[in-house]
Amino acid sequence: MKIKILGTGCAKCANLTRLTQEVADKLALDYTLEKVTDLEKIMEYSVMSTPALVIAEEVVHSGSVPSASVLTEYLSR
Amino acid sequence: MNTILGIFTLLADKIVYGVLGLNSKSRLAESLHFFIEDVTKILVLVVILIYLIGLLRASMNMERIRDYLKGQHKFVGYLLAAIFGAVTPFCSCSSIPLFLAFTSARIPIGITMSFLITSPIINEVAVLLLGTLLGWKFTLAYIIIGLLAGIIGGYFFDLIKAERYLTPLGNKSLTMAERNAAQEADCGCKDGCTVQPQKTKAVSWRKRHEFAKSEVREIVGRIWKYVILGIAVGAIFHGFVPAAWVQTHLGANNWWSVPLASIIGIPLYSNATGVIPIAESMLLKGVPIGTTLCFMMSVVGTSFPEFILLKQVMRPRLLLIFFLLLLTIFTLVGWIFNFSAPLLSINI
Repeated sequence: MKIKILGTGCAKCANLTRLTQEVADKLALDYTLEKVTDLEKIMEYSVMSTPALVIAEEVVHSGSVPSASVLTEYLSR
Repeated sequence: MNTILGIFTLLADKIVYGVLGLNSKSRLAESLHFFIEDVTKILVLVVILIYLIGLLRASMNMERIRDYLKGQHKFVGYLLAAIFGAVTPFCSCSSIPLFLAFTSARIPIGITMSFLITSPIINEVAVLLLGTLLGWKFTLAYIIIGLLAGIIGGYFFDLIKAERYLTPLGNKSLTMAERNAAQEADCGCKDGCTVQPQKTKAVSWRKRHEFAKSEVREIVGRIWKYVILGIAVGAIFHGFVPAAWVQTHLGANNWWSVPLASIIGIPLYSNATGVIPIAESMLLKGVPIGTTLCFMMSVVGTSFPEFILLKQVMRPRLLLIFFLLLLTIFTLVGWIFNFSAPLLSINI
């Protein structure tokens, strides 16, 4: 599974990255995680607010850090 | 409301005069009393307010706002963008993605700026805190000016054709806007085929509670430092700066005190919640209302870190124009209020 975190590097983006890793590890997923900080790349996903979570090139969440249970939901789809 | 809030005064009384046994006339006691009362009161209020508003806001998102702003008549657009800016929670780290996303959706730069200017100045927590601490007249004045600053600022950006002064990155969003427009023309549908209409889902109470809880955790985690710092500065001002000194140096007769307040305030950054205790203490010492408003708006509305962020999409020249524009607006606001406050009998 390809997971991307879009964000310009504020505290929330770091939180989302950490939490996503935790949840994905807990689910024992086979995944790669990439942090996208380049604004031009972020723009291509037409995200309005960061941080955003992209799973398999689809934006599933943006603008906040979801709770672990919500993340589990996203990641186990 | 005041009787309920009175328990925080009693609490501060107990700690400062009772437990610590300080003399109520001493400067240290005055400062400490202000600090303890405001820290407890503001933190409790902020937690309750963020939670309640989080419940309401669980169903709102930026995509819907963008789609709503698209294709509005220009002047309606400035007003709506400023209002949306006011009611949307917003972290300055999102300002660039938002700028690019709005622009590439063919929303004029001025309308985006209206949103970006008003957003940090007005938010529900600041409004409710102002209302409880400083009274509704001051709060109303604050809201109106915050909206006007956004509307006028936005209009000015379009007036000078600000898109001429964008960086390559900013220009890219303009190119994308054209591409989107061409695509829409091709397929003949007005709202654009690439944009899927957002379905409005009903949000359950459990989800709302979850959202509100995470909002409290996230926002309080982010702003508590500013609140405590703001209260500390307010407390020191309250206890140690003599009212007479304030009257002579910062009084309404010193016209230059208003632009000075703005110049000092613009590079400084604090969350709106943090600057309210400073404003409270300034007003209590007799700093004129216009000077206080000007200072508040300058601190909250812009900051050095925000300019650094905006530098990614705006060329230095546009940034300088932006700085001068805000300086002018806030200074005019200060002067107008210093002149008219006595006539309107606005006081606290």
